[in-house]
Amino acid sequence: MDTRELYQQVILDHNLSPKNFKRIEEPTRTAVGHNPLCGDEVTVSLIVENGVIEDVGFQGGGCAISQASASMMTASVKGKTVSEARALFEKFHAMVAEDGESEAMGRLAAFSGVREFPARVKCASLSWHTLKAALDERAEMVVTEE
Amino acid sequence: MSWRDDFPVFDRPENDRLVFLDSAASSQKPRSVIDAVSKYYEESNANVHRGVYGLAVKATEAYEGARAKVAGFVGAYDKNAVIFTRGTTESANLVAFSWGRQNVASGDVVVVTALEHHSNLVPWQILCEEKGATIRMVEINEDGSLDLQDFAKALSLNPRLVAVSHISNAIGTVNPIKRLVAMARDVGATTFVDGAQAAPHVQIDVSALQADFYAFSGHKMLAPMGIGVLVARPEILDAMPPFHGGGEMIKVVGDTSSTFAPIPSKFEAGTPNVGGAVGLAAAIDYLEGCGMEAVLKHEKELGRLAIQGLQGLGGVKIFGPESERAGVVSFWVDGVHPHDLATILDESGVAVRAGHHCAQPLMRRLGVSATARASFYVYNDEKDVDALIGGVRKAKEIFAITV
Repeated sequence: MDTRELYQQVILDHNLSPKNFKRIEEPTRTAVGHNPLCGDEVTVSLIVENGVIEDVGFQGGGCAISQASASMMTASVKGKTVSEARALFEKFHAMVAEDGESEAMGRLAAFSGVREFPARVKCASLSWHTLKAALDERAEMVVTEE
Repeated sequence: MSWRDDFPVFDRPENDRLVFLDSAASSQKPRSVIDAVSKYYEESNANVHRGVYGLAVKATEAYEGARAKVAGFVGAYDKNAVIFTRGTTESANLVAFSWGRQNVASGDVVVVTALEHHSNLVPWQILCEEKGATIRMVEINEDGSLDLQDFAKALSLNPRLVAVSHISNAIGTVNPIKRLVAMARDVGATTFVDGAQAAPHVQIDVSALQADFYAFSGHKMLAPMGIGVLVARPEILDAMPPFHGGGEMIKVVGDTSSTFAPIPSKFEAGTPNVGGAVGLAAAIDYLEGCGMEAVLKHEKELGRLAIQGLQGLGGVKIFGPESERAGVVSFWVDGVHPHDLATILDESGVAVRAGHHCAQPLMRRLGVSATARASFYVYNDEKDVDALIGGVRKAKEIFAITV
């Protein structure tokens, strides 16, 4: 697979101007994710009210894949219920780390190519794992495995 | 014939485009090393030091011959003061565990530098935590060279140990190691030199250097993985307690206590990596055939060309000092994260390392979370430099960065 297919315009755009790159004042849930491979760290904070993600923000630096993935993750789960977000995490994880479908993933399908680059799967999944930890209200730092 | 032709990995059809620029992580192996290891297992394999039969004698001779070869190559104080380990990391841990437990006490200071690989930092951190001793990290100058004033300041604390790298794995800084060791000795400190990036590239003479401990790995200098060396002053090794207990390292084993073998066996518990040692000896033969001066000159020239080419692209920051650097080029391309860069370079067959290079304290001081690193060795040539520059140019195009 050509790296130009990996670095699709939508990924480059989100890398340059990430959505929801912000600190959330008084989040109801927050988690920190760490990729020991590259030292990247991402913080995901949420305001969850009545089971709905009312607001979400992320902070941290990293490669284009991780920045764009965090940006698109936040855009995808904002306004969704917690259980919808969890389901989306499972689908996203299956798409980048296993052989899950990319159809019906909308713009997130841009990350389906990551599967062809095993060393980069963690970059795409870091913010999603961190989201899941925040939803699970896990206090310890998340370390990506896949 | 070029040195490259001696390395079968480049003959593989799937590797016909391989531009291997990650030798600072681990080097490729020449045919002579691979053959020496195969030949050992085909002709001489048995456990060492204990068999009376011919094959075991042959294996022992191969193993001890490798030790003598290493001793000569790095100017060891004594052949028996060459300890085979798994690598630099184990060598450092051996010293931290054995020498450190006996000699470092509460309130003592261990001096390290901000250039260190984690393997020359974490063992001392663990030791200091256990003993209530303190780590003093020497700062670097803006150009990535060691701050010698701060080094002198750290020495004024009268450290028990000074642990310093000869050459930085992350940015290629060549430390004035002779001077550093002399300064440390003047204040009565014991010295541990991490030579993992030096032994493959420069002529080492430990006894001229007067270092108390000098450690390096085989796999970075054309030898197999899993074999490394700790060279030390024999009298210090004699006074140290063992590291690992087990077979090979004992004299007499009683029911409740034992006496230990003299060096080097005292520090080589269990069956050693004889095949690895044989491979290391073959690697030394290969490097001596090249000539260490020619090796260093070759790498430095490629490093110089790479820096020139990268700077010509614009928007590239090179880390590390201008002079006094080995063939390691650590850099940052504006707007392209090192991991993205490494993925794009890989598509052109260019293998570089992207990350913190096991030197997180250094990355913090450089103000980056990661760098891309190209490191050169005997098998690289100018075409490899061109491929690197071309790949970086392509990455800048993909990320649409115009300077």
